[in-house]
Amino acid sequence: MNVTKSAPVRRAVLHAALVAGSLFMIYPILWMLFSSFKPTEQIFSSGALLPKTWFFGNYAKGWKGVPGISFGTFFANSFIIAALVVVGNVFSAALTAFAFARLRFVLQSFWFSVMLATMMLPGQVTLIPQYVLFHKLGWVNTYLPLTVPHYLGVSAFFIFLMVQFIRGVPRELDEAAIVDGCNTFQIFWRIVMPLCGPALVTTSIFSFIWTWDDFFSQLIYINDVKKYTVPLGLRLFLDGSGKSEWGPMLAMSVVSLVPSFLVFLTCQKYLVQGIATTGLKG
Amino acid sequence: MMLGRAIARNVTAYLFMLPWLLGLLVFTLGPMLSSLYLSFTRFELLQPSEWIGLENFREIFFEDDRFRQSLKVTFFFVVVSVPLKLAFALLVAVILNRSLKGIGLYRSVFYLPSLIGGSVAVSVMWRQIFGEAGVVNSFLKWFGIEGPIWISHPDYAIYTLIALATWQFGSSMVIFLAGLKQIPEHLYEASAIDGAGKFQQFFRITLPMLSPVMFFNLVMQMIGGFMVFTQGYIVTRGGPLDSTLFYSIYLYEKGFTYFQMGYASALAWVLLVIIGFFTALLFLSSKFWVYYEAGSEKT
Repeated sequence: MNVTKSAPVRRAVLHAALVAGSLFMIYPILWMLFSSFKPTEQIFSSGALLPKTWFFGNYAKGWKGVPGISFGTFFANSFIIAALVVVGNVFSAALTAFAFARLRFVLQSFWFSVMLATMMLPGQVTLIPQYVLFHKLGWVNTYLPLTVPHYLGVSAFFIFLMVQFIRGVPRELDEAAIVDGCNTFQIFWRIVMPLCGPALVTTSIFSFIWTWDDFFSQLIYINDVKKYTVPLGLRLFLDGSGKSEWGPMLAMSVVSLVPSFLVFLTCQKYLVQGIATTGLKG
Repeated sequence: MMLGRAIARNVTAYLFMLPWLLGLLVFTLGPMLSSLYLSFTRFELLQPSEWIGLENFREIFFEDDRFRQSLKVTFFFVVVSVPLKLAFALLVAVILNRSLKGIGLYRSVFYLPSLIGGSVAVSVMWRQIFGEAGVVNSFLKWFGIEGPIWISHPDYAIYTLIALATWQFGSSMVIFLAGLKQIPEHLYEASAIDGAGKFQQFFRITLPMLSPVMFFNLVMQMIGGFMVFTQGYIVTRGGPLDSTLFYSIYLYEKGFTYFQMGYASALAWVLLVIIGFFTALLFLSSKFWVYYEAGSEKT
């Protein structure tokens, strides 16, 4: 009797706690969003969350970017790099994962352990020689160092994710295809890949978001402002500006988060599955 | 005939493996060996490298105060932020692991920060929140407290970064949630019949059953914590007074501001050994606290 009486109350308390927790979590984001619609002096003076009047000047000014280069250029650059990385990761992860999950070959388990080990390898250890290599190739200040490695499977996370997924695809399908005279590549392309849709989507969206948010390698390899990406563009604001530029900077920060938000809203299911199956960092 | 088939099979498989093997050689193994070599040299990119034996390491361990400072800062950051992050992740995961209206929405909201948390935009936001007239200080003002400028105070700056890391507990939470779903319901039912309360169930069933997931999260978060860069670089610039000089920021400065690339390589190998040591320690300790159910596969 007690239980039936208290259950709705307990549920209400739980909801209240969760709503409070959720608000606490997204408050910083809401704050940034609303601040970007305030004139800069108000950002600093007013404690209120909502702007008194909605002001769009920050967006106009921020989008102009730096003299001669609009923020649109940074956006386009980021998109180009992210698109190239997505293709590269899908390409290399699919091929490698198929071999690991479906084929049998000499040293297979050895290579698999190596692959897992590279997932834990701190990037700093390969940083300097990679830079030297790209410097010698004349690739510094191009997008090649940011994209080419992904075509060669440097993101072991995605290989692991695809291996886990392909292992779940029934082997009977392969066997039936062999009976029908399919060769290995046809099994890969016609049988296994079409069934890997969700894993391919997960790989694509994480590739996109991580590349979109990546700062370190872009900081190292891109020097020319014309080639700057969104994170580098934001840093440019941060460096070159006193307090007066906070409004435009917050506005562009908001804009820079829009693609990730859109992906989040439309592909949530894949994100959550992806993390849950491999323990990807998010 | 048999042999021919085996060779053909291997050739096909290695063709599939080719891109990855090439990448492994060119972008991982090669550079690893190369940076090991460079760590014994003086190398400034434009001049050829000059072998100086253990000189870099001697300087790192005996003369370099900033190395010591960066190590201290990074350790502190990892030791405080990782447990906090995992505690929040577990707490919220346990709360969300039930059927409740809108549970998906709550999960999304808690997950969101970890998805975007590595971006420069969020760091910019954090800078403002803990800045002079930021959200935190306006909040404290209601209580009549005059807060410091958090990001530019040597005693407090690191805590703003710990807060930023903890705020991103969402991805660990999702992994915990997936782990919680794997725990068979009958264990709880059986223990309830035996008279176990909620707390007993949590400590006797949930935690042990979740320990492999906990272990995985711990290892990955620790490694990630040692390598954190963007947040420290954007929010506090490693300062004030090097109070947030993360190891990776120091390494970046040495390598790409001063172009002491031999020295930076040595720093990178020291980091690798440190991370390797603590990872190994966690693996060894796992015998005592991680329970793998018989017949179940680990993550």
